[in-house]
Amino acid sequence: MNLVVGGQAVYAYTGSRPFDPSQPTVLFVHGAANDHGVFALQSRYFAWHGRNVLAVDLPGHGRSAGEALPSVEALAGWLRDVMDAAALETASVAGHSLGSLAALEFAARNPDRVRALALLGPAVPMTVSDDLLAAAARNDHVAYELINGWSFSPGGQLGGNEMPGMWMTGNAMRLLERCRDGVLSTDLLACHRYANGLAAAAAVRCPTLAILAARDVMAPLRNAKALLAALTNARTVTLAETGHSLMAERPGEVLDALRPFL
Amino acid sequence: MTTKPKTLQFDTLSLHAGARPDPVTGARATPIYQSSSFVFPDTDHAAALFNMERAGHVYSRLSNPTCAVLEERIAALEGGIGAIATASGQAALHLAIVTLLSAGSHIVASRSLYGGSHNLLDYTLPRFGIDTTFVDARDIDGWRSAMRPNTRLLFGETLGNPGLEVLDIGRVAALSHEHGLPLLVDSTFTTPWLMRPFEHGADLVFHSATKFLSGHGVVIGGLLVDSGAFDWNADAAREKFPTLTTPYAGFHDMVFAEESSTAAFLLRARREGVRDFGACMAPMTAFQILQGIETLPVRMARHVENTRAIVAFLREHPLVGNIGYPELPDHPDHALAQRLLPRGCGAVFSFNLRGTRDQGRRFIETLRIFSHLANVGDAKSLVIHPASTTHFRMSADDLQRAGITEGTIRLSIGLEDPADLIEDLSRALYAAGKAG
Repeated sequence: MNLVVGGQAVYAYTGSRPFDPSQPTVLFVHGAANDHGVFALQSRYFAWHGRNVLAVDLPGHGRSAGEALPSVEALAGWLRDVMDAAALETASVAGHSLGSLAALEFAARNPDRVRALALLGPAVPMTVSDDLLAAAARNDHVAYELINGWSFSPGGQLGGNEMPGMWMTGNAMRLLERCRDGVLSTDLLACHRYANGLAAAAAVRCPTLAILAARDVMAPLRNAKALLAALTNARTVTLAETGHSLMAERPGEVLDALRPFL
Repeated sequence: MTTKPKTLQFDTLSLHAGARPDPVTGARATPIYQSSSFVFPDTDHAAALFNMERAGHVYSRLSNPTCAVLEERIAALEGGIGAIATASGQAALHLAIVTLLSAGSHIVASRSLYGGSHNLLDYTLPRFGIDTTFVDARDIDGWRSAMRPNTRLLFGETLGNPGLEVLDIGRVAALSHEHGLPLLVDSTFTTPWLMRPFEHGADLVFHSATKFLSGHGVVIGGLLVDSGAFDWNADAAREKFPTLTTPYAGFHDMVFAEESSTAAFLLRARREGVRDFGACMAPMTAFQILQGIETLPVRMARHVENTRAIVAFLREHPLVGNIGYPELPDHPDHALAQRLLPRGCGAVFSFNLRGTRDQGRRFIETLRIFSHLANVGDAKSLVIHPASTTHFRMSADDLQRAGITEGTIRLSIGLEDPADLIEDLSRALYAAGKAG
C-alpha cells in the first residue's frame, strides 16, 4: 500500500490483503536500518486473521522516500501522520528496537489513538556504543558487522532458522547493507539520544506487552527494567536464548505472544 | 580499545552452520528426518504454515529439517542469505531459470559449460520458449553484444568445463547489473573454499553438490544459493521480473519482492518452483552431503596440493601437450586466477594427449588408480575423455570453441598419495606411447 505523508511516498506492507476500514488495524514499526520485512511472518498472520495490517517502511528506509528522521519524537509524529494519511482513528502498534521507542512515544502522545502497544526488544535508555556510532557515522561496513554480531544469540549465530533454508545472519546483513548512507547513523543516534522514555511510559494509557530477548546485547534486559516499572498496564514475555533479532530467531514465539494481544 | 566484530570463520561454519544438537535426543550429528510430512498442532497453525504466516515444515517436497540444515550451511559458506537443496545440480540450474524466466526470455551464457548445462540451454529450453546465446567467457564485448531486450539472465561457470576458463565475475556482473539483470554462476569446480562468487558481484550461485561439496561420490544433489543483494524492485529490473514483482495468483496474490526485499527470489523458487516442479532433495542425501561439507576445507587444500604435483609431473612428459590449468603461467587466465583464486584453481583440469585416438584409449584403459567415469570432485581420482562422453552431443564447431579436441583428457585429482597417482599416470602414458 502506498501512502503520501508530508509530501513523501510511504510504503506499507498489508500482507497481500486489501485495506478494510471495518477491521481493526495493527501498525508494525521496524528498527534501525531495517524495513517492513522483519515483521513479514507476524504481519502476514494478522492480515489474514481479521486485521488490517500496515507494516511501514520508515522514511528513508526500504521503499519509502525521504530522509531518515533524526529523533524518536519525530518518528512518533510521523506515525501519527501515517495514521491520518490512512484515515485510521485507532490502531494497535507493535515496534521493534528503534521502532519500539517510536511506538512508545507515539502512544504516550496520542492515548486516544492507540488501542494496544507491543514493544519488542525495547530499552530505556537505548544507548549505543561509541565504536558503533563512530563506524555508522563513517558508513563503515564494520557497523553492520558489529550489529549483526550483537543482534543474534550465540545459538542464533549458528543458524537453525525456523524459516527453512534461510541463513538468518546473512539475511540480516544484506538488509543492513541495503540501507542508504547515513541512515544507520541517523537511526542509532535517535536511539542513543532519546531521553523521554520513562516519561512517555508513564503517560501510556493502553495495555502494553513487552517482548524481551534474554540474550539481547543491543538492548540488554537490564535496560528494560525501569521502562517496565514505569508502564502502568504492562505484561512481559521474555524469550530464552534469544538475541535482539527476536522476530527472526523466534518468529513463532513472537507471534504467539502477540496473537492474543493485538 | 576499538571493538571488533565477532564473526564465525569458514572452517567453523563448515561444521556448525545451520545445525544445533537435537533438543529432544541430544544427538550431536544432524538427524535424518526421514519423514514425508510433519504434524500440525492445530488447524490454525496448519493454515498459517500453508500461507507463510508461520515458519516450519509441511511436506518434504517443500522443505525438510535435514535439508534445511544443509541449505543454511551452504548459504553461510557462500555468504548468502539462504539456499534451496535440489535433486541434482541440473535441478538447481533449472530452478534458477524457471523462477526468473518465462517463454520469450533470453539468456546469455558462457560457451564453456558442463555438457549437461549446455544440453538444457541449447536443446531443451528453446522448446519452452527460452533461448540462449553462447559467448566466449573471456570476451566481455561478446557478452555485451549478445544482450537483447528480452535478456533476463547471464550465466557462467567459475571455472569453465573442461578448459578451466576463469570467469571474470566482477566484469560480467558489472555488465549484468548495468542492464538490470542478475548473474548466475555455477561454482561446482571451486566450492566456496576456493572462491565466494558473491564477493565478486554474482547474484545467484548453484552447485552440483555431488562433487567436491560431498567428496564421497555417493549421492546426487544440487544447491541453489541467493546472495540477497540483487534489487528486483529497482527501476532497471522491476518490469523484467514480473514473477517477483507482480501478484502471483498461485500464492494468494503474493508479491514476493514486497514480502521480502532480500529473499524474494528464494520465496518464489520454493513456493512455486520446488512446489510445482518437485525436484527436491531427499533428507538422506542432505545428511550425506553435510558429512562431506564438514571436511571441505581440509579436503580442498589436499585436492589442490595433489593437483599441483600432478600438473608439475605432466608438464615434463613428452606425450603431454597443452595443460589447461590456470595456475600455469601460459594459461590465458593466469593473472585473473591469481586474483580470484588465490587458494588454488581446483582439482579438475584437462590436457591434450599427443597421439591418436587409439593412444588415448590405451592411456585411459591402462590407468589403475584413476577411475574412468563421468564425474568430478570425488575423493578418488577420476579420468574421462570429454569428446566422446560428457560433451559428445556438442557439434564439432562447439567442441572446438569450447577448447575440446579428440586428444583432450580430463582429470579430477583425488586425495590419494600423489606419488601413487604419478606412478599410475606414468605407466598409462608409457602404454600410450607404445601404442603409437
